[in-house]
Amino acid sequence: MTAELNKKSGLETLRAAISRLEGHSDRRRKMLPFGVREIDSRLPGGGLALGALHEVAGGGNDALHSAAAGQFCAGIAARTRGKVLWIVTRQDVFAPSLKQVGLSARRTIYVEAGSDVDVLACFEEGLRHGGLGAVVAEVARLSMTASRRLQLAAETSGSLGIAIRRWRRQTDAADFGQPTASVTRWRVSVLPSVPLPVPGVGRPRWLLELIRARAGECADFEVEACDAKGRLAPCSPIADRLSLPAALADGSDQEAAGQRRARA
Amino acid sequence: MPLALVGREGRRRVLLSVDLAARKLGLRPGIPVAKAQALYPDLVLMDADPEGDRLGLEKLALWFQHRIAPIVAVDAPDGLVLDTTGADHLHGGELPMLKDMVHRMAGAGFRAKAVVADTWGAAHAIARYGRAPIAIVPSGGTDSALADLPLEALRLPSTIIEGLATLGVARIGPLAAMPRAPLTLRFGPDVARRLDQAFGRIGEAIVPVRPVDPVEVSRNFAEPIGAAETIARYIGKLVPLLCQGLDERGQGVRRLDLLLHRIDSRTEAIRVATAMPVRDVKRLTRLLCEKIETIDPGFGIERMVLIASLAEPMDRRQTVSSLIAEEEADVSDLVDTLANRVGTQALYRFAPVESDLPERSFCRVPALAPEETKDWPDHWPRPTRLLARPEPVQAMAELPDQPPLFFIWRGVRRKVKCADGPERVFGEWWKNDAELTIARDYFRVEDTSGERFWLYRAGDGEHGETGSQGWFLHGIFG
Repeated sequence: MTAELNKKSGLETLRAAISRLEGHSDRRRKMLPFGVREIDSRLPGGGLALGALHEVAGGGNDALHSAAAGQFCAGIAARTRGKVLWIVTRQDVFAPSLKQVGLSARRTIYVEAGSDVDVLACFEEGLRHGGLGAVVAEVARLSMTASRRLQLAAETSGSLGIAIRRWRRQTDAADFGQPTASVTRWRVSVLPSVPLPVPGVGRPRWLLELIRARAGECADFEVEACDAKGRLAPCSPIADRLSLPAALADGSDQEAAGQRRARA
Repeated sequence: MPLALVGREGRRRVLLSVDLAARKLGLRPGIPVAKAQALYPDLVLMDADPEGDRLGLEKLALWFQHRIAPIVAVDAPDGLVLDTTGADHLHGGELPMLKDMVHRMAGAGFRAKAVVADTWGAAHAIARYGRAPIAIVPSGGTDSALADLPLEALRLPSTIIEGLATLGVARIGPLAAMPRAPLTLRFGPDVARRLDQAFGRIGEAIVPVRPVDPVEVSRNFAEPIGAAETIARYIGKLVPLLCQGLDERGQGVRRLDLLLHRIDSRTEAIRVATAMPVRDVKRLTRLLCEKIETIDPGFGIERMVLIASLAEPMDRRQTVSSLIAEEEADVSDLVDTLANRVGTQALYRFAPVESDLPERSFCRVPALAPEETKDWPDHWPRPTRLLARPEPVQAMAELPDQPPLFFIWRGVRRKVKCADGPERVFGEWWKNDAELTIARDYFRVEDTSGERFWLYRAGDGEHGETGSQGWFLHGIFG
């Protein structure tokens, strides 16, 4: 028992020493949990760290369009407080869709910068300000130096910075392998939507790959896309497939549905 | 009805200017009134009012000073000259700035031409005698741009132009190539001076109009200054004085100009703009200091003037502290910093517009515009990315209202697994007659790999007049 306690306190002192070396010993890191147990338990601190830079890219064709990645980031930004700065080089965000994941157009200020260099400058300016809920920037190239500057700016002000990596050509997307100073790195790929018992498109699903997490491990998650408040939901294929017919069935079919559920 | 303005030239009554309709009839300034009336009895004649024109032009100059650039002067009788160095960034570059100017003038009922060139002379010439309503002469391209213009473009008295015409010189190019000494001997120093001014060989100071009673502070230097740190230090000394002046009047600044008079009698200018009236010393100092690198101090700066060219009343507000809600942070300073970096129109929010057509359902409003109460309806999912213009795709679908079975976009064939729709959108006939019969059917489709797209068919699938019945891809879902 005492040995275990000793071991634990030893770990604590080591952790304290490391965080002191990293330069944020006195500040308690704030977190933004996803609200999905599988994801939050894998992230150090139990959520997405505020005051840090995170990178998100789309997988497959989405590396060019960043539709899923954009919606994922909008969902995160929607769950913060305060205004959101969204920096782009070419504007193709459709504002009504951001509203549908809970990010109101009243909160979102867009900056249309001329080049990647301008995007990074505005990104850093936004992170340094500290009064914003989140700063989202769409960039193609993010060097180690630039990302370190952004990370430092985010750390000092406590703002949440999200870099959406978005490339013009599929071949450029290999750039995502290069190391940067961001705290976590995500790849969002679309999956076929939740099947419905009637014709139509169900709730979209994504494959979330946590490619890198500082002081954490990589992981893959299958989730259902953001709802009207920007929250993800864990994928539960079996429950869905059964609960929907059960909900649709009426009266006499209820029993049959119950039996089907019991068999499953 | 053609219209012409009448004035005196010596003892004759002549037309001084004519409108477009009169110009089409063949009337030109300089034609005697009697002749014009004899030719076209229904010509409307009005007396010219040069003094009123000048006053109007001065008013316009002040308006330009508020909106566009700190150094604006009247270029009598029919123009304005602006030094836009250090101010075009606020408008997103030179071309958008010119477009904006011409557009605003058109809105006020004037047909204006706008030109950016290296020198006053060149801009004057090309604006009046060039073809395009908007032109930007690249730095160093003045010579070729001026060569073909007539001599009238050089701001020379008409006697000299007539004299040169008798010599057979009608264009600027040949005139510039002629030896100077005989020209000066015959016509005086004006010809050489105007040529040099147009080609930028000698400077020409623009004496700006002054806003009425501005808050202004200045500082003279016994020794000219030039280093960036020194300029920053004196900015730091001037701004508090300015803010004190603003405080006495209860105003805040919207446009702040720093004019730096160099010892070679040229003026450098920095302009910063704010989205709301500001009187904060630290913030204004920072905005100005960020622009120091754009200044060319030359041989030194002997006088610094800080002018609040556009000040607006700023009332003191009691800060409301609430026990329940946390006050949302003020981001107006960030908006100003970014606007001075990327331009005001590159910083915006989207606001809803009541329209069913997706590309018309939003508009850009200033970042700090008052919050609108409306919102987009929530009936149907909307794509995260909306293509700037819908891209045509090849698709096969059952008529009249089934979703496509497959479609080919950018050379990739995608089989549709499931789809939602149609969502029918009708043309807005109250805006445009051609849209009376137009309809679009929107479908949200998912292909076999799980990618989701927003497709529409131009037309309702039954009636030919509703559209081409072709398929388009308009957006991409997450």
